[in-house]
Amino acid sequence: MKKTYLNKFWAVAAVCTLALGTLSCGDDDGGMTPETSTTYVQEDQMGRPAINTVFVSADKKDEFNTTIPSMQGAAFQSAFQAKLLALNPDYTTNLLTFSAAAFTGALATDVLSVSLDGTTTFYDGTNVLTGRALADDVITVELILIFGGPDATEKPGLTDDNVSSNDKAFLSTFPYLATPW
Amino acid sequence: MKRKAVITLGSLALIATVYLFAADHIDAPGVASTSSDITDFYAFQSPETSSNVVFVANLQGLLSPSASASANFDENVMIEFNIDNTGDAVEDLVIQCTFKDGKVYVYGPMAPSRTGTTSTIVSSMTATATANITAYGANATVGTAGGMKVFAGPRDDPFFMDFAQYGEIIAGNATSFNNPGSDTFAGTNVMSVVVEVPKSTVGGSGTINTWVTSNRKQ
Repeated sequence: MKKTYLNKFWAVAAVCTLALGTLSCGDDDGGMTPETSTTYVQEDQMGRPAINTVFVSADKKDEFNTTIPSMQGAAFQSAFQAKLLALNPDYTTNLLTFSAAAFTGALATDVLSVSLDGTTTFYDGTNVLTGRALADDVITVELILIFGGPDATEKPGLTDDNVSSNDKAFLSTFPYLATPW
Repeated sequence: MKRKAVITLGSLALIATVYLFAADHIDAPGVASTSSDITDFYAFQSPETSSNVVFVANLQGLLSPSASASANFDENVMIEFNIDNTGDAVEDLVIQCTFKDGKVYVYGPMAPSRTGTTSTIVSSMTATATANITAYGANATVGTAGGMKVFAGPRDDPFFMDFAQYGEIIAGNATSFNNPGSDTFAGTNVMSVVVEVPKSTVGGSGTINTWVTSNRKQ
């Protein structure tokens, strides 16, 4: 399977190289080039972690990636609610006191809210959804909100994947992410 | 250790193919394992300068160390950080990143010429900051201009999760996570774009809504 993955990667790389070979002309015309605009069309998008992967059915994943956030709620909330109740048929409310409808309504509009006034974290016990920092254990937070019930104590075997930190230390200075393996 | 990492990668690719799950790694058939597949998005207050905010887009997940050495950004793919500061989930500002001849070019933050799934970059526009794309194994090259910092290159995937066991649970083969769990993303890399800007350029105070998109040149 690894080989298949790599083959796909190289196939894509080859196609891109070909495309570049045929398209990259006209860059060296100096001051004679009239102003042009390059158009780009969206292929993938992401706000909060794991939303598309957990809540969107296989046949709708590409559609979710190309639906603008302001339209996502209307298009996907009811399907998200059905998926939530399929994952956890015992769902009533969660730690944020959200009903199934309210919780999935918030999730379906897939944007990440970020505070410009202080601590930025997915959840640190005090601040809720004020950003997403590199070290945030976002999966455990999401598992708690899906499976943990109103006080986060329900289904303890499903509310923590017991992987709570990265496999390499983050940097204290820009660019913050650890060097590659 | 090396041998273990290779075995882990092999099983990771298998599991990834079967369960199609991660933070956003290989999330959809249209972009899975392509140069426009976003694996993750982060936005946080700068640990270095509290008056700055940092945006991170990670692409092309599940890169082994050997694959990372030859991985590239696609010159036909533009990464766009979207910022809504009026609460309607429509972008009011964008930060656009393009890649050409070994460099990353960052435009904005600025009002987009249009909102939605089509974006444009005008040829007369001047990049706010640029940087050489950092090669695998090299020290990070940071571009600094106009209060902005930019980095582009391979990094350790900061995402962590027992993705394999989640797959077992969803498949009905297990009823709970293991303790301790096993980080399925250990030892793998991504292609990262990191942009730090003054908060004053994206709204100054209050709460903004943000998301990242990958966009292909037409």
